[in-house]
Amino acid sequence: MNRNLIVGLVLTCLFIAAACVSFVWTPENTESMNISARLQPPDAVNWLGTDHFGRDLLSMVMVGARTSIAVALVAVGIGMGFGVPLGLAAAAAQGGMLDELISRLNDLIFAFPSLVIAILITAVFGAGAINAIIAIGVFNIPVFARLSRGAALSLWQREFILAARTAGKSATRISVEHILPNIANLLIVQGTIQFSLGILAEAGLSYVGLGAQPPLPSWGRMLADAQTMVSLAPHVAIVPGMAIVLMVLGLNLLGDGLRDALDPRLQVRRA
Amino acid sequence: MFAYLTKRLIALCLSLAIASLVIFLVVEVAPGDPASYMLGINAQPDTIAALRSELGLDVPKHQRYLNWVGGMLVGDFGTSYTYRSPVSDMVADRLWISLPLAIMALCLSTIIAIPAGVLAASRRGKMADAGVMTATQLGVAIPNFWFAMLLVALFAIKLRWFPSGGFPGWDNPVKALIALTLPAVALALPQAAILTRVMRSSLIDILGEDFMRTARAKGLTRRQALWRHGLRNALIPVLTIIGLQFSFLLAGAIIIEQVFYLPGLGRLVFQSISQRDLIVVESVVMLLVFAVITVNFIVDLTYALADPRLRRSA
Repeated sequence: MNRNLIVGLVLTCLFIAAACVSFVWTPENTESMNISARLQPPDAVNWLGTDHFGRDLLSMVMVGARTSIAVALVAVGIGMGFGVPLGLAAAAAQGGMLDELISRLNDLIFAFPSLVIAILITAVFGAGAINAIIAIGVFNIPVFARLSRGAALSLWQREFILAARTAGKSATRISVEHILPNIANLLIVQGTIQFSLGILAEAGLSYVGLGAQPPLPSWGRMLADAQTMVSLAPHVAIVPGMAIVLMVLGLNLLGDGLRDALDPRLQVRRA
Repeated sequence: MFAYLTKRLIALCLSLAIASLVIFLVVEVAPGDPASYMLGINAQPDTIAALRSELGLDVPKHQRYLNWVGGMLVGDFGTSYTYRSPVSDMVADRLWISLPLAIMALCLSTIIAIPAGVLAASRRGKMADAGVMTATQLGVAIPNFWFAMLLVALFAIKLRWFPSGGFPGWDNPVKALIALTLPAVALALPQAAILTRVMRSSLIDILGEDFMRTARAKGLTRRQALWRHGLRNALIPVLTIIGLQFSFLLAGAIIIEQVFYLPGLGRLVFQSISQRDLIVVESVVMLLVFAVITVNFIVDLTYALADPRLRRSA
């Protein structure tokens, strides 16, 4: 196993575990305030300190991980759920009208500045985690569509696909039974990259008040709250920021590591 | 080349038309009537109706869309519901902050990325390469608005070298540039990380080319071959990414402007959203989309000029 993969896996699993544990246990309740203990630096009781309402930052980061991971993960799901079938259909049509239509639509969505449109969507339809998921997810669709189309197109020329066609299998069955398992590696790697971009996008939207709404903690919101207190209590800004950085870094390293581990050409080169 | 240009131009126009339609529709379904919002809860229905008529909100939707697009084509973006001033003037004012900010960030990211990428590629597999690659991993993982907050805490609040926010205006260009420095640094960081990676991989590809070996065989030192032949060829994909980054910087400034309370296009969008000044939201978002789509088009075109194969395949 390569080093990127191990570090990435450890960091990612750490945050996913923290998010899962937060459903049943957090060091302290994130909804109760304790003004007398506000802006406390990290100590033995509050390992990461407290925020301006005296809430335990470790607990906030754990519950915030839940929001970030859920939003980014569902957004990746939307991208894969719609993008992969579209890409496979376009590849199966091989230069036909459907292929042209899907490819042009992809180009169009790609041309939009995603952040601006995500802000527009959440601003118009109301701030909240669900709309953030949709806004981020929509821009994941063309990424997966383009990737799966490109990969599938080259597979359609291969002998084993020709054999399946000669055996009388329909384009849909070939796409599902033969092409999809062969491009799964690529999709997993891209999935981790989009996951990390989703975490950043969710943090950005929450920061400007368009993502998850209070009392649901989210890393971006924690940073927005910390902005005016950064000189008084720097840890209030450092803790959620570091959570975002480590989560995104973990996912990026995981993506790089998986690409190296799953790409047979790289394995041959290493051998 | 003519056929390629025509095809790309048609695609450009189509993209812009669809983009304008999508933006219009998204904003149209927004709940809340701007006229009622402006006049408050005690307004009489006939007053609201009069204002709706004055703002041009009483005509059918398709007519409003055509009026909006037609107006934009001749530089008329309509009149702000809230400020009652032409949107084009408001946008022009704000552009004088957002545009220099994007340009500063672009210059900064290029100045950082090219030497860093060259260093990493020329010392591939060594400590310097590992250091640069680790820095770029961090660079893409750090949210720029968080980086901006840290910059403010250190350079504005602690060291007092830069202002923590606001914009003094261009009457004093030195002060204005100082005010834009921290936002530009924050905006440039992730872009510099991406650009460094592109520069590094592009140069590594070039260094393995036959003509580089020929250059070395001719008697050039490694350094001479790198600067005279390698860098020039490796810059082609980097320039493409720089072109694409410009529009992203313009759009990405939206959040950074919030951190630094800069009265640019981004803050205009947020203010307009909160005031339900939909015509301003529509126009600014359309302008940003226009910038992105047009820059993509120009990048494609310059690429086709440089590489005849692309023209033929199109």
